Amino acid sequence: MQEKTDSKQEIGQKKTDVLLQVEGLKTYFYMEQDKVAKAVDDVSFTLKKGETLALVGESGSGKSITSLSLMRLIPSPPGKIIEGSIKLDGTDLLSLSEKDMRKVRGNDIGMIFQEPMTSLNPVYTIGNQIAETLMKHKKLKKKEAYKRAVELLKLVGFARAEQIVHEYPHQLSGGMRQRAMIAMALSCDPKLLIADEPTTALDVTIQTQILDLMVEMKEKFESSILLITHDLGVVAEVADRVLVMYGGQIVEEATAYELYTNPQHPYTVGLLNSIPNLESDVERLESIKGTVPPAHRFPKGCRFAPRCKHVMDKCYEANPDLLEKDSNHKVRCYLYEE
Amino acid sequence: METDLQKNLNLDPKNNGMKAEKSLSPFQLAMRRFLKNKLAIIGIVILSVFVLVAIFADQIATHDPIQYNMTNIEGKASSEHWLGTDRSGRDNFSRLVYGSRISLTVGFSAMLFTVLIGVTLGSLAGYYGGKIDSLIMRITDLMLILPFLLFVLTIIAILERINITIFIVIIAMTSWPNLTRIIRATFLSLREKEFILGARSIGASDFRIIFKHFLPNAIGPIIVNATLMMATMIIIESGLSFIGFGIPQPTPTWGNMITEATNLRMLEGNPEAWLPPGLAILLTVLSINFIGDGLRDAFDPKSNY
Repeated sequence: MQEKTDSKQEIGQKKTDVLLQVEGLKTYFYMEQDKVAKAVDDVSFTLKKGETLALVGESGSGKSITSLSLMRLIPSPPGKIIEGSIKLDGTDLLSLSEKDMRKVRGNDIGMIFQEPMTSLNPVYTIGNQIAETLMKHKKLKKKEAYKRAVELLKLVGFARAEQIVHEYPHQLSGGMRQRAMIAMALSCDPKLLIADEPTTALDVTIQTQILDLMVEMKEKFESSILLITHDLGVVAEVADRVLVMYGGQIVEEATAYELYTNPQHPYTVGLLNSIPNLESDVERLESIKGTVPPAHRFPKGCRFAPRCKHVMDKCYEANPDLLEKDSNHKVRCYLYEE
Repeated sequence: METDLQKNLNLDPKNNGMKAEKSLSPFQLAMRRFLKNKLAIIGIVILSVFVLVAIFADQIATHDPIQYNMTNIEGKASSEHWLGTDRSGRDNFSRLVYGSRISLTVGFSAMLFTVLIGVTLGSLAGYYGGKIDSLIMRITDLMLILPFLLFVLTIIAILERINITIFIVIIAMTSWPNLTRIIRATFLSLREKEFILGARSIGASDFRIIFKHFLPNAIGPIIVNATLMMATMIIIESGLSFIGFGIPQPTPTWGNMITEATNLRMLEGNPEAWLPPGLAILLTVLSINFIGDGLRDAFDPKSNY
């Protein structure tokens, strides 16, 4: 308890640094036959200004739903944010009306999606789509909006931006579309950029370019990034801090360096061991047995218990709390309980 | 395909070797494919002829189409009456010319009205889903299980006196369910596309998303179905007029003209009275169907019917 109040005071002191504060977020999906899928269950984290925070986990761990919850874009019904608070620069997004929320989307929070092939509307030119955001949020005239669109496209590395504004998505490659998406997401100078697996659909060389571009843009626009990914290589490259999610909960939180050098949670250890390493010579890569349980059938105790190597009896009884090991490392596991 | 490729490879050295010509939207690309379809072009030419005839009916017709003349009934073709006269002595040629006006008007208006209802209901059902979707779809199902012809005949019988406007409304009110289902299905597939989520993520409203992001992407199925529907509408009008439940005499329609010739004397002796309206219906419907098929191939090149 003592530790908890301490950390709260710490947050209070650094209030000006904190951009996004999520507390006790619960997003449930109500399915037929009274099944409840706890896709996001009691997730809390903070994102400081200028920071890149990575959200890591397998498919089905709740990372995308967390990001959609921040935008309040959960398909409803069946989904619903039932508890928690999301404070962006002091304003509670969950208490905003839908109309006010629309002003936040695109303006304060920009979003980049996984699939560049379908994330741009095929029937409009690139310029039209960037200008749409600008005209809506910044009240620019059409001509100014197009001018700004050209500037933005240049900024994200298009040499022939003047032509690209008049081109349609089908004329661009995947990497180019993702650049255009970044230009669109950044068009209104958002405080927060949410990138939902921005590089998953791209090949490796383009991945690096896009990641570099995102970091560069983050610095230029003085925004923060919430990066959602399942690729630990991507995390190592750009993230300052990492949240590891499993079964709708955060199981470990640490700075990127700390996480790679000193992983604590058996799940994180498993994830890191399953990546091929050029330095060590291993015959067979380790794997974590089993799969993420479906969100409506989580085990009673620790959600990772059925797949855990170090499982103890009490793991099946109650879910451990997220314990603060030291100031930049939190872990949800009984192994580290005194 | 080769010509396509050559066009796209029209490189400009001044421009980093990139394509220099103006970018084409998916709609423009589809139109380009459409114009390469020979059958569709033939369809357009034939339909244009009928449209021109309908527009300039006053100039083309030689007689007043509803002026009866009891002294010259069931007349044979002559220099005065090119296609003879009907049972009331009205000039068949002039009726044929004015008939194109009625058929095309009914076909087009009924189609437009149906598309309006179908697109509105289909969009609402497909976009909002849930209860709204269930409600609209149950009404649609209800309409679909009613036998169309019986339903229309009953309404027309109840109303007794009908005119063209009422006729169009009746047809449209009974033909929207198919289109509604098609639009709904299109919306459902579009709803999963990331650019819709993208549009939401930049703060677009429902209204804006429907009109700016859904409908333009659904324009292909809408145009194709609307075109094919117009052909159906013309057949329905002719058919109902033929059995006497359509647009009442003496208004000249192709269906009415054929009804006039339904006796053995006329069938054997005056083929010039019933063959031309029959051919006119055939050609109009065929040409519209060619256009519709051409549009379908153009908007959805992957489908192979």
